[in-house]
Amino acid sequence: MTLSDMWNIGLMQGFAGLSLFAVLLLMGLGLAIIFGQMGVINMAHGEFMTIGAYTIYMASVFTETRAPGLMAAYFPIAIVLAFLVAFAAGWLVEWGLIRHLYQRPLDTLLATFGISLGLQQIFRTFIGPKEVSPTLPDWLMGSWAPAEGLDIPINGLFVLGLTLLVTAGVLIALHRSRWGLRVRATVSNRTMANATGIDTRKTDRLTFAIGCGIAGVAGAAFTTIGSTGPTSGSLYIVDAFLVVTFGGAASLLGTVVSAFGIAQTQSISEFFLTGSMAKVLTLSLIVLILMLRPQGLFASKVRR
Amino acid sequence: MTTLKSLIQRYQLGSLLLLVLLLAVVLPLTLDIFRLNLVGKYLTYAFVAVGLVMVWGYGGVLSLGQGVFFGLGGYAMAMFLKLEASDPESTKIQSTPGIPDFMDWNQITELPALWLPFKSLPLTLILVIAVPVALAWLISFAMFKRRVGGVYFAIITQAVALILTVLIIGQQGYTGGVNGMTDLKTLLGWDTRTDSAKYILYYACVVLLVASIVLCRWIQTSKLGTLLLAMRDKEDRVRFSGYDVSNFKVFTFCLAAGLSGIGGALFTLQVGFMSPSFVGIVPSIEMVIFAAVGGRMSLVGAVYGALLVNAGKTLFSESFPDLWLFLMAGLFIGVTMAFPMGLAGLWESRIVPWWKGRREALRRAAVQPPPAAMPPASAVERPEDIGGQHLNPEPARP
Repeated sequence: MTLSDMWNIGLMQGFAGLSLFAVLLLMGLGLAIIFGQMGVINMAHGEFMTIGAYTIYMASVFTETRAPGLMAAYFPIAIVLAFLVAFAAGWLVEWGLIRHLYQRPLDTLLATFGISLGLQQIFRTFIGPKEVSPTLPDWLMGSWAPAEGLDIPINGLFVLGLTLLVTAGVLIALHRSRWGLRVRATVSNRTMANATGIDTRKTDRLTFAIGCGIAGVAGAAFTTIGSTGPTSGSLYIVDAFLVVTFGGAASLLGTVVSAFGIAQTQSISEFFLTGSMAKVLTLSLIVLILMLRPQGLFASKVRR
Repeated sequence: MTTLKSLIQRYQLGSLLLLVLLLAVVLPLTLDIFRLNLVGKYLTYAFVAVGLVMVWGYGGVLSLGQGVFFGLGGYAMAMFLKLEASDPESTKIQSTPGIPDFMDWNQITELPALWLPFKSLPLTLILVIAVPVALAWLISFAMFKRRVGGVYFAIITQAVALILTVLIIGQQGYTGGVNGMTDLKTLLGWDTRTDSAKYILYYACVVLLVASIVLCRWIQTSKLGTLLLAMRDKEDRVRFSGYDVSNFKVFTFCLAAGLSGIGGALFTLQVGFMSPSFVGIVPSIEMVIFAAVGGRMSLVGAVYGALLVNAGKTLFSESFPDLWLFLMAGLFIGVTMAFPMGLAGLWESRIVPWWKGRREALRRAAVQPPPAAMPPASAVERPEDIGGQHLNPEPARP
């Protein structure tokens, strides 16, 4: 093995880490909004991701049977659909459940875990216990070889681009839009925000639904790199919570950095160890760091 | 007489006695040994639920990693039993006789050092409690000293549960992997699979559980219990009064971990195997729901919660496996939304006032001469008139 081979393997391994980074970041972003900004522990977040993934799968099946000519174009539309379906589901959950529990954050954990169990069983009963994968359009297949011996999968690049787009969108929306202003006001002082005329209930509902919608987009990204089953989402839920906590709960930038760090640590250590030991190593490192620095990487300056 | 009465009230001996009666007399007399063994299995979860009442209900700290401690206790016991089951005589077909079979399958030729302490029973019994407590201390000391609580603590404990599960499954040669440790037959030559052994283990489980409840109740009624409640409600005020809050929390968490460890060891003894499926995130959260259904403030309620939820699980997953998860989901949502204090809360807030109101009405009916049209006995037969709100059944007209 020559030095350039090593370099190429390192690059590809790093890129595999970037795909994981994309899914973790999209999961983490939705969770950072819901958990970091609203303080709701949404254990069903993984299932909202699965909802998004199943939406893509159904869109793919629908296009294949009804309009095979549109196969090249369906994917972007399906992503928007995934967002909307997860958004609607989140809206419903907030309306039916979460809004009664804002005073009891630990209880949101139990209630949303119930939702997560229920949704998993719904997937199992109505969609089937088998793992499914959508038929991806041709332009997502194959790989891009910028140099000899270096293959970078195009779906990975696409997911990365999607992630960057969504992240930038969320950051801009949170810091430049009226909604973002209302969210930030509600987070920093709910009573005061209410007094200034902000409808905090409506803000909460919209925020929760948008967080779930982003999880739906994460599901869309997930379909390009793995197959979807009823319990796919629950595999990522702990990682997603660790991403948010590790980054510092109220900081979106922290979420980006910690998702990158966790994904790369995991991916690079996978090269040297077995997959399970890499996971153990990564998680233990995060837990250790969180024990020493509980506020996470980027702590907000406000003391609560 | 009055001291005895106050003692009974203080330690809630009435409800405890009822529980003992149910567990030690009613159930063994009515159930066959197969079902009784199942109840024994549920009771091992009750240890965890009792610990959760202390740490969650009283301490206000929700741990999603109780399965870790349950599993550590269970694995410690299982390692001892496994070593006993794989003596050189019965494992002579292996390439290395005298080591557990799964080690042989994974090309391990020597007993790992980690396993050496589990050759002795006294050491194992100590480790059943010591290992969970040590890990609990490590986690909680680091967290509570830095004043991390609530949600963050829950997430960290959840991560620990995930780490341990992945580790156990990944290190197949040392832990038995995803199958866990199976074929556990004897304890010091005593066959634990016979009916008489199952009865003995069941009663051992009941005795230890009742002892744990009494211990926890004693802690609750002591100054420490009062402090725990005060901390849960206004942590800062307790801190400003000069108490070191974190030490109390660490103590409670370690107590709950030790109890879970005992539960795990009893689980291994009664069920005859231990596997990672009792360690991970989902079983850990299910253990929280046992305590939540029973009532997070009631030690005895937690036992009923563990019994009811597990009995429901067995019943439904035998006949309608699909329905069970929906039911479990409904249980999670329903308990948190409608009955945050669980069955015990329901008992305290609905049934006890109703009963007291009824007794009060009876007493009044007996004292005051009732109108001729309404004999006192009718008050007993018409409980709907005498709900908690209506203490006067009929205004007595002079």
